[in-house]
Amino acid sequence: MIFRKSVLSLVAIATLAFVGCEKSQNSESQTASAGAEKNETASVQTNEKSENQIKMVGSSTVYPFASAVAEELGATGGVPTPVVESTGTGGGMEMFCKSKDAPDITNASRAMKLKEFEECKKNGVTNITQAQIGFDGIVLAQDKGTTAMNLTRNQIFLAVSAKVPSKDGKSVIDNPYKNWNEIDASLPASPIMVYGPPKSSGTRDSFEEMVVEHMTTKDYKDLYEGAGLKKFKDIRTDGLYVESGENDNLIVQKLTKDKTAVGVFGYSFLEENGDKVAGATVDGATPTSENIASGKYPISRSLFFYIKNDRVAQVPALTKYVELFMSEKMIGERGNLKKLGLIPMDKATRDAMIKDVLAKKQLSGDGLK
Amino acid sequence: MSTHNPFFDPTLKKRHLADKIFKFVALSALLIAVSFLVIFFTDIISKGLPSYKQAYVNLPVTYNKDTVADSSYAIDEEHYELVSRAWYRDMPMYATAHPEVMNKTTKEWVLADDEVDQYLKGHAHTLTDEQKVVVDKMIKEGSVELQFNSIFFSTGDSKIPENSGFLSSVVGSILTIFICIAFAFPIGVMSAIYLEEFAKQGKVSTFLEININNLAAVPSILFGLLGLAIFINLFGMPRSSALVGGLTLGLMTLPVIIVAGRTALRSVPASIRQAAYGLGLTKWQVVKDHVLPLGMPGILTGSIIGIARAMGETAPLIIVGMIAFIPDIPTSFTQASTVMPAQIFTWAGMPEGAYVERVSGAIMILLGVLLTMNALAIYFRKKYEIKW
Repeated sequence: MIFRKSVLSLVAIATLAFVGCEKSQNSESQTASAGAEKNETASVQTNEKSENQIKMVGSSTVYPFASAVAEELGATGGVPTPVVESTGTGGGMEMFCKSKDAPDITNASRAMKLKEFEECKKNGVTNITQAQIGFDGIVLAQDKGTTAMNLTRNQIFLAVSAKVPSKDGKSVIDNPYKNWNEIDASLPASPIMVYGPPKSSGTRDSFEEMVVEHMTTKDYKDLYEGAGLKKFKDIRTDGLYVESGENDNLIVQKLTKDKTAVGVFGYSFLEENGDKVAGATVDGATPTSENIASGKYPISRSLFFYIKNDRVAQVPALTKYVELFMSEKMIGERGNLKKLGLIPMDKATRDAMIKDVLAKKQLSGDGLK
Repeated sequence: MSTHNPFFDPTLKKRHLADKIFKFVALSALLIAVSFLVIFFTDIISKGLPSYKQAYVNLPVTYNKDTVADSSYAIDEEHYELVSRAWYRDMPMYATAHPEVMNKTTKEWVLADDEVDQYLKGHAHTLTDEQKVVVDKMIKEGSVELQFNSIFFSTGDSKIPENSGFLSSVVGSILTIFICIAFAFPIGVMSAIYLEEFAKQGKVSTFLEININNLAAVPSILFGLLGLAIFINLFGMPRSSALVGGLTLGLMTLPVIIVAGRTALRSVPASIRQAAYGLGLTKWQVVKDHVLPLGMPGILTGSIIGIARAMGETAPLIIVGMIAFIPDIPTSFTQASTVMPAQIFTWAGMPEGAYVERVSGAIMILLGVLLTMNALAIYFRKKYEIKW
């Protein structure tokens, strides 16, 4: 009898639960019977039901800034806190351009590529505004106990590129360098071991472009083009560059264990972990916020977010979020985001940018690469 | 002499030695496993327990028109940096809601900055020497202390470490697991019943069986991709919601429940079915009144273990967008929500010491929930188990 009662009550609970949740999950049961067309309506209903909540995807570098603004908006703006996902710049762009629905914003640690813009256009996402929020520098850091290296962009290129110019400078060969002092006698005689972001990351994109592609399209342009390697920007894959996930914190942990290893990550992370790691100088400039904003430190980049303006109709909070983000309180010289590692633009650029974004200046394909 | 003994075994010494070695190897394997467990638990508990306490400072707070306009003036300059940014953010709203506090300076306990908190707990901190002197003085006066961390148990994620809590992910986990159970349990049990009691044994059922067994061993990330393709892209359900997460985890749990259910039903002796058929009962009556009740303890044990696994799962939820910054406590299945292991994952990626501590604190809660679920499974098994 006991078994029977317990079983019956369990079945009853399970059935109740199932019926109960079917009310909220209108799609699941409908599609089972009704096929794909009906789901269009189901999805519209659920989208309307998801109220006034902004959904954001994109760069892991912009993620901390975006979520700080999101939290501020949720706490003080009287709207649901926006959801911020860290998908990497490329992944974010893909989702952003796929449909006219959510995500409403994608964060990016580089400008939108022309290819991505075309993809957006193809899917009807045309009314986009680009907002630049400031700068971030990419640093090469080592454990604090290790003497900081003085590198040049060329030396970094020789250490990480998949293919490098041969010693006689006449051909392009697979990267043979295993120790830093093989690149330049002034560098330490320690093995090259670089922990850096994976392909999905915006930091990786920028690092490839600002170091490898920069060298192969400027200093070694003729050599690489002669070898049929136009715009070459591949990072070595022989195990000396280790992809370390979107989780920058893990890189810091590895550096404190492996004293001679070098980590590649955003400047904000260096600032937060200044007690554990120190940045190498590049072309004689130390990675400081002044050197990055002035462009003296060569490996730096702009940070952006992109807004789907047509979504304001469904998600009115979007306007509030953009206004809050593009305010002196956030991106200014004394703004909240500076404490989190964002390097502000200078006053004039900033004011012009804020004006453009608030006027919903539409992004055109011109000037995109 | 011994050679004349017909019972003498020349290999005896060697065999005894082998026996001893085997015993030693087995014991040391156990010791290694136990010591890892002990190290893990001491590490988690010693790091996690402090997160249940949070530093508060007792300071004079000035409420007036100016300080409400810019809350950074509400605390005197010497102590300004010691107070949490979250408090400065929320103070104007508090003052507006409680007009009686206006135009007064009252001494009250306010949330301290996470660096003060870490300093008090003896962890790495970034307080300057001057700030340390101020805090040391306050410790002597008794105007800074560690209080119970109610924020941790009552709010969601935050970018301000001392303001972040675990509740929203606990609620998210409950909603997600509810969907998971509601989806996987009835379907899983019914499938098991059909396959075990009704289906004819043949090529089709063998094919199904092999596939279900294989599905139970498929890496969980693949179910995430399946969930993304079906529930989000095809059915258009809201991304990051408990609904999508629960269904995805349900897909993952389904084969486990079917396999456990079939094993449990199979262990019900055939004599019971034969006796019931002999009395003229229909299949439905046999299953409902006899086989299912007798197999239920086994089904429940398998299901609870499968669901406990789903509860600790993170990988498929990355794909459906539940690993994100989601501080609000979800109130419906379609709202964006995060789950406990996802929250732990997010915090583990943060550099501040207060998050490191919260990671361990949250792991303790998650482990507690999982241990409770496993204990429940054992209880059900022991209570209703019948040995044939």
